[in-house]
Amino acid sequence: MIPAFALLIGVILGLVLDPTVPLWLQPYLPIAVVAALDAVFGGVRAWLDGLFDAKVFVVSFVSNVLVAALIVFLGDKLGVGGQLSTAVVVVLGIRIFGNAAAIRRHVFRA
Amino acid sequence: MPEQPGQPEEPGERAARPADSEAAAPQQPTSNRRAGMLIGLLCLLLGFALVVQVRSTTDASGLGAARQEDLVSILDDLSAREDRLRQDIATQEELRDRLVSGDDQSDTALAEALLREQQLAILAGTVAAEGPGIELTVSDPGAEVGPEVLLNAIQELRAAGAEAMQVGDVRIGVSSAVTGRAGLLVIDGIELTAPYTIRAIGDPQTLEIALNIPGGVVNTVSRAGGEATIEQQDAVVVSALRPVDDPEYARPAEDEED
Repeated sequence: MIPAFALLIGVILGLVLDPTVPLWLQPYLPIAVVAALDAVFGGVRAWLDGLFDAKVFVVSFVSNVLVAALIVFLGDKLGVGGQLSTAVVVVLGIRIFGNAAAIRRHVFRA
Repeated sequence: MPEQPGQPEEPGERAARPADSEAAAPQQPTSNRRAGMLIGLLCLLLGFALVVQVRSTTDASGLGAARQEDLVSILDDLSAREDRLRQDIATQEELRDRLVSGDDQSDTALAEALLREQQLAILAGTVAAEGPGIELTVSDPGAEVGPEVLLNAIQELRAAGAEAMQVGDVRIGVSSAVTGRAGLLVIDGIELTAPYTIRAIGDPQTLEIALNIPGGVVNTVSRAGGEATIEQQDAVVVSALRPVDDPEYARPAEDEED
């Protein structure tokens, strides 16, 4: 419940404050968001499985975001930033789909 | 969609590993609450970042999310387009300047031509003229004033700067001829009888002096038994007109133009 509320508050804050993304953060923010979404879906799935662990969630969330940012950073340095970003998004997307499927099975029993 | 819940390298699902949850289970509510707050904070951050990212993507029409090389190529495109547009502007401005100055030139030329036409028309006697001048009346009771007297008067007036003249109802032009005999003068084929009235436009004083010189027109007329009276006027109207003959043979010489 608290995480859902927090998410809502974050959305509202973003809408109200409407900040501009700093230039250095612009390449990383979308990938970081996708990575965080992946962690959240994983957490929801674990929670539905009754196996949720706050510490694991926090660590996975932070590490997901950091690794995603690192990959983008490395890709930019290597000159393949665009392709690596795409690869990260694809991988994370697949994982989100997988988690979403597990959640669906839990919720709808189908 | 196949899925392997136990895949160890998936951080989101590491929560599903019993070892982790067992390790976390003995933790006390204080740390639990702290973890909850941390999770809440992370979720808040996620929502915030999500909205910010969505906003920035829609705001900057995709430019914010574009990569450096894309931006460079977009910039190149824009620069090339700007160059083209600037060239267009330069061309159009040049054209405009040319048109404007051409307009000015033709306006000036037209005004000059009109002015010149008026001057020439006055000289040729095709339009009525008005201005300061004199009216010379020559009476000839003895019919002694011959054509040479009148011709002399015309020439004196012309030499004194008369710009337009008429004798009786005949405008004096470049081809005017005074013929006939004393008592019955003919100018340009039109017979005139005394008294003769000559109206001339020019500087009145100069004209009068020219006529009054010793041995001049006034002297000659009085010697012939007539009387010449000169009246200076502020507004002499020379209203007689001369027909314009189109030159049959003469044409403007090519190299004389402009």
